[in-house]
Amino acid sequence: MFLLPALVILAAFVLWPMISALRLSFTDAAGFGTENWVGLENYAAVLTDPDVRDAVLNTLLYAAIFTPTAVIAALVLALVVNNPLLPWRGFFRTTLFLPFVVSMAVAAFAWSYLIDPQVGLLTYWLGGLGIQLGDVLEDPTLAMPAVALVAVWKSFGFYFVIFLAGLQDIPASLYEAARVDGAGALSRFRHVTMPLLSNTFAFVLVFAMIAALQAFDQIYVMTGGGPYGHTQTIVMEIYESGFRKLELGFASALSYVLLIATLLLSIVQFTFFGRREEDLS
Amino acid sequence: MTTLTPVAAEPANPDPALADRPGRRPRRRMRTGTFVSFLAMLAVTALVLLPIAIIVLTAFKPTAEVNAYPPTLVPDHWTLDNMRRIVTELPFSRLVLNSFVFAGGVTACALVFDSLAAYALARIDFRGRNVLLIAIIATLMIPFQATLVPVYQLVSDLGWVNTFPGLIAPRAADAFGIFFLRQFFLALPRDLDSAARIDGAGEFRIFRSIVLPNVVPALLTLGIFTFVNNWNDLLWPLVFTTEQEMGTITSGLSLLTGPGGIIPYGVMMAGSLIAILPLAVAFLLVQRRFIESVATTGLKG
Repeated sequence: MFLLPALVILAAFVLWPMISALRLSFTDAAGFGTENWVGLENYAAVLTDPDVRDAVLNTLLYAAIFTPTAVIAALVLALVVNNPLLPWRGFFRTTLFLPFVVSMAVAAFAWSYLIDPQVGLLTYWLGGLGIQLGDVLEDPTLAMPAVALVAVWKSFGFYFVIFLAGLQDIPASLYEAARVDGAGALSRFRHVTMPLLSNTFAFVLVFAMIAALQAFDQIYVMTGGGPYGHTQTIVMEIYESGFRKLELGFASALSYVLLIATLLLSIVQFTFFGRREEDLS
Repeated sequence: MTTLTPVAAEPANPDPALADRPGRRPRRRMRTGTFVSFLAMLAVTALVLLPIAIIVLTAFKPTAEVNAYPPTLVPDHWTLDNMRRIVTELPFSRLVLNSFVFAGGVTACALVFDSLAAYALARIDFRGRNVLLIAIIATLMIPFQATLVPVYQLVSDLGWVNTFPGLIAPRAADAFGIFFLRQFFLALPRDLDSAARIDGAGEFRIFRSIVLPNVVPALLTLGIFTFVNNWNDLLWPLVFTTEQEMGTITSGLSLLTGPGGIIPYGVMMAGSLIAILPLAVAFLLVQRRFIESVATTGLKG
């Protein structure tokens, strides 16, 4: 049967782990010894643990910085590059997308060096402009924006390409018609581009929010969750409780918090996505 | 949307090189605007390229210059010292090899399994097909991070910790690939295989010699996408491999930056350069097709 290999893999490594995580979340499993049923204790712990509360708040802060910055940067650049008169469009498209193939970890190394308080090139240049960065990654208020901006650098090219494709799907005849009717650039944007791009926009927005909930790599590399837990996100917390402290039950309960948040966003996405399909048919 | 379009049948996207600007608006103003946005784009591009430039240039910079103040972008003297050190400080060739085996293995398995499943879901009629399709798509909504702990437990119960099967198996098929390929299989005309069916060819032969050759670009795109994602993945190799020997280049480098491992920036950048080089080269070779398909997959996924 053609489906068998794929179904076995999906069942074993997606479906079963989900059930297994649910079971674990009701136990005091620690990776060894006996597991005892503890009922809702882990969930109670997750909901009352100040560290978890901070991790959730940190993740939301991260999402609040990352999502609008990446999405708006991508949209603005797509609008600029979509201008058919702009020279070097292919070059811009390729270059802006290039960070997408660089791993988040490597991106984090490069940015750590650029903003190093002593020998960072960016620190030095900004200092020349009168902006003193200081030790960004040790600064409780600046560390989170810094790790979020690394993600913006890596990801916006992906959203940019999706926006560009969406823009190019808008029939040129619509712009012509609007122009004939005397619509200026701004009003063409408001009445042609915006309504026809709104589904793409919603898609990218939810996509970016889901990505934001899963922030881990560059935080692990750049701050390790510090300073004083100010960049500790949900996935960092799962990693630490599950693989450092071996509190598997607690980590599983926390995983379900992440899972439910992602599911809610995905349902929003599928609703928008479904509407888009209907529009097209 | 149709309310707005009096003429709907025009090509959506005229070639930019051929697109002629109607001369209704003052030419000069338009040109100035385009010129300003061109300059702005150059500035943005420079900023986007800065981290990549710093990796490439620092990799060949002597330690004294890396730590010098004021910092510079381009090295005064070029050196291979950092390259030499990264090779000796890590089991570096081993890590690169692991990355190739991990990302390559996942890609190969996923392409085979995903295309088989996608074929069945697109072109074979059987009961419960739609339910199955919805179930598979639903797994897209489960973030990998949320099942990390039980997946690790399962693999360790199988006795696969620190082995390639353990590293690869959880990624060997994925809903996105199945869904993506199914869209391409659906688009192929049915007449294509009905002739072969009349000639008595079995499903597998139709799949292998008629359907697959027609979707090579889609397979290539999915393949590159899968390879890049796994090569760059940090979390899974990090939790899964407890021996440094089994890590990937991404996880190996990350361990060096932790609190225990202080490593000079030059050596770090040399390692980073090696980590991004295969992907950057592959990307630049196929960038046009890759970007276009990311645009469509992004929308379809």
